[in-house]
Parts: sequence; C-alpha cells; structure tokens
Amino acid sequence: MFWQQEIETLERPALDVLQLKRLRETVGRLERVPFYRGKFLETGIKPEEIKSAADLRRLPFTTAADLRENYPDKMLAVSREETLRLHTSSGTTGKPKALFFSRRDLDTAAELIARAFCMTGVTRRDVFQNMMSYGLFTGGLMMHYGAEKIGCLVIPAGPGTSERQLLLMQDFRTTVIHVTPSYAFYFADFLEKKGIDPRKNLALRKAFVGAEPYTEETRRKIEAALGIDVYNSYGLTEMNGPGVAFECEGKCGMHVWEDNFVLEIINPATGEAVGEGETGELVLTSINREAMPLLRYRTRDLTSIIPGPCACGRTHRRIHRITGRSDDMLIVRGVNIFPQQIERVLMALPQIGRNYLIQLEGLDEMTVKVELSPSAFDGQVGHLAELQNEVAEKLRAELWIRPKVDLVASGSLPVAEGKAKRVIDKRSL
Amino acid sequence: MNTVKLVAVFAENRPGQAARVTEILARANINIRCITVASSGTFGVMKLLVNDPDLACQALQHEGFAATLTEVIAVEMPDKPGALHSVAQCLAAQKINLANTSGFVANNRAILVIEVHDPAQAGEVLKKQGFHVLTQKEALTV
Repeated sequence: MFWQQEIETLERPALDVLQLKRLRETVGRLERVPFYRGKFLETGIKPEEIKSAADLRRLPFTTAADLRENYPDKMLAVSREETLRLHTSSGTTGKPKALFFSRRDLDTAAELIARAFCMTGVTRRDVFQNMMSYGLFTGGLMMHYGAEKIGCLVIPAGPGTSERQLLLMQDFRTTVIHVTPSYAFYFADFLEKKGIDPRKNLALRKAFVGAEPYTEETRRKIEAALGIDVYNSYGLTEMNGPGVAFECEGKCGMHVWEDNFVLEIINPATGEAVGEGETGELVLTSINREAMPLLRYRTRDLTSIIPGPCACGRTHRRIHRITGRSDDMLIVRGVNIFPQQIERVLMALPQIGRNYLIQLEGLDEMTVKVELSPSAFDGQVGHLAELQNEVAEKLRAELWIRPKVDLVASGSLPVAEGKAKRVIDKRSL
Repeated sequence: MNTVKLVAVFAENRPGQAARVTEILARANINIRCITVASSGTFGVMKLLVNDPDLACQALQHEGFAATLTEVIAVEMPDKPGALHSVAQCLAAQKINLANTSGFVANNRAILVIEVHDPAQAGEVLKKQGFHVLTQKEALTV
C-alpha cells in the first residue's frame, strides 16, 4: 500500500529532475545562512552552477562539528519566529547539536513516517505503541505525528517499565510498536518469564525497530520471540529523526526517500564517492526542509546502496542496514555516546585516573572501568562504594544512560596512546 | 593515647590479589600479625597489623598499590565469656560507634582491634573503665 503512490513510484528520470530542482532551491535558500554563504565563497560555487546531481560533489560537507560550532541557532535559514520545534542530538562532547523545524518541516517529516507506516501495511485500524523516548529525542514525537497521519490509535508509552507496557498492550490491543532492538529482547524475555505467549495473549503484529544498529539475525530472533514482523528503521536527528529510510514489506533494505534526501556514499578518509554497491559513509542532503537544511551532512554511518529495483515498485533506492561507524561513536540503548564524553567526566574527578575502559556485553550492558587514584584511598570500603556510585551518577548525567562502574587499581588499565582501544564491544545485537 | 596503625590496601576482588600483596610484604620481610578483608562487589580493602606499617605501606605503594595507614584502638580483655560484652557496653554508654572491628586471641590474650570515629577519645573511655589499651609495640608482641 502506498501513502503517496505517485511520488513513491515516480520514474527515475522524473525523480532525478525533482531532486535537482529541490537541491537548487535548497542551495539558494542556504545563501542566506552565513555559515553556508562562507562555504560557497570559499569553494567559489554559485547556486546557479548546480546543474546536475554530480555538481553536488563540488559543494562542501557539513559535519557534526559544524553544527556544534554554530550552536545554538547560527545555521537557521529562517527567522526564529518561524521555528516551531527544537530537537537536540545526544552523543556530543560539550554543546549538543540543535535542530530546528518549521511547521512545514514537521508536516513533511510526518508524511515520510506515514509513508513508512503505510508501506508496511499499517492502517487506521491499528493501535500503535511508541516505546521510544519522547522529549528531545526525535524517536518520540516525530514517529508519533507520523502515526497520527495514518489515523491509528497512538499510545505515547515511552520506554521502559515492562509491566506498564504489557498492561497497555493487553488492555488496548496494541498491534504495532516502535522500539530499540535491545529493549525488544528485554521485553520478550520479560513475557517469557511471566508465562505470556505474545502470539496467544497479545495482538502484536509489527515492530519498527531502530535507533541502534542490529544484525539480520537479531531481526529474526525478535520476530521469532514476539511472533511479529520486524521492519528496520533508519534516521538521525539532523535529518528529521526516524523516517529517513525504512523497509517495505519485502524487508530487503531500507528505501531512502530521495525526493527529500540526496544520498551519497563516500570513502570516509578521502571524501570521494565509492564505486557502485560499495560500502562507505552515508552522506545526506536535505532538500525539502526550510528551517535548517543541511548540505552533504556526514552521518558517519557505514552502509551501501542496494542496486536494482525493488519488487514493491518504489523507485527510491534502498540502503543496507548500517554496518558500523566511521568515527568512534557508540549507540547503547538507542543513545549516542562518544568515549570522549566519559573522559571529560573522569577528568573532573580527582579521585579517579584518566584511563578508562568501556565494556559492552549482552544486549546493552555497559561497564566503565576506572582507576582509583592512590591518594584518594582512605582505607574505608564504604567511601569506595560511594565514590563508585558518584562516578556512575556523573556519567549518567552526561551520557543519559547509567553504566555500571568498576573501580580498579591504578595502572591496571591499558594506557591510551593515540588510537588505543578504549572499547570492548561484545554485544550480541 | 595509645593507638595502633594498620595498613589498609585497595585491591580488586579477584583471584591472585591477596597473593600479590602478601608476596610484596614477604619480600620486604614484613610480618603480618592480624588481617581482615572487606570486599564490596568488584573491589576490597585488606587491613593488616604488621610489624613495620610504614615500610609495608611504602613497599606496596612502590608496586603500584593504593595503600594508606588507618588509626585504630587495640584493647585487651580477659579471655572469658562476657569480656567482649563489657567492652561493647562501655563504648555504648558513651555512644561510641564501632566501625570496622576484628579480634584475635594469641597466647591466651584476647585483643580487640576497633576503628572508631575518634580513637583518642575511645581509648580514654576504655582506659577509665580499667581496660588496657595497647601501644603499637604491645599490639605486635602479644
């Protein structure tokens, strides 16, 4: 089923023409933004010179660092009065990345989500339980408004508290959920322990799973555990949040909405486009946003374009599930984390050394090993326990999730020199 | 007031740590008279009564261990039922809280080693009640 059939199945030549038109409009709009105006001057490009998609390559990249440097609102292409919503992205050192959306931007974002719901067979008769964090995270509100467009009953459950999630599913006969892969596993486990068979006791049919990368095997396991169809969902705050790319009923790669985003795959080291079908870093240009469009944004996510047409008839190309990052960012429980954030917290604690080790295992268990400074030892076990707790709390305030903290002896952790390994990731997602 | 110094050592709660600590002390020719280990999750604190606490501390610190000195009171009681009770009662009457505590009997002499908030005050209280509060040297030659 199509939400916007004409555009979703628009023949390639016409789609390319539409893309180019919107790209040129976007570049024109961005001349008003001092940051981009400066970039255009630097590279000597004029918007009129963008005559084909290939010319996009002559435009500069935009990075997360650019967003942080221009915080809070120096990259706006509209006046502040025209902005309607603010979302920030987690996982930064220092200032967060602030993304503004106009009324039209929000409606467009919702339409893209509606396409996703529709193409996976969700209708107004469905009951959608959004188990992702609301608040500043786009996984909450963006998905919520997209679901409302379809007309299904939307339950803004938010994450956690499995008992409450179950109660809602039982009493309101939830059929579709939006959830992280790790929480999907926890919930399946929780049901099993309670002796609840989702196939018999619940009305669940589908799950939109995203916010962190996971394997094909994990998808199958979740499907088997909950008796549902799982569809992969990809997005990032800088590009609206969820709804950038989504799987159709074929479950064979995620369609990127090319009337809204120009997609490129580059070699992260050189910035050059990779060959057809090769894996590289996904670069996205938003061409249908007015408040804060971004040109050639480096997502740091690694993927490849799947060649060939899709049986569903959509002409918007598909990308593979994300296979990794071209930086050292981690995603734990759907939250972006940079190891440098941990370093910053530890540096401010004199009782703790600067070295640390992050261990990830199970589904989403995170342990941070830190070294006790000998001078901070007063012989009291109780004080050590308090210190451990204090470190965990300070990390939680910075990272948005609370890791387990292990105090270890000074000098026992590998010393970080250059690109030393700070993370041991043994998760089975 | 007679107080005694114990050596407190931080160690991870895993196999081999006690062996490492005791190896270092043995090499420094340190004699251990009393030992307690308190563990909490992934780490623990060993407290030792040794014949030369300063040397012991240095030797451990030299090998990278977090080690420090803790001041305690060592009080002697008769080795018979009710003796420990009188000590406990005496401290309770003065509202003195016993933190980490251990006790041992050697050569028919019963010694209680206690950590309190104010060791000097606790020592005075016990002395007034007629208990013998040991010096460092006496504690090491029980």
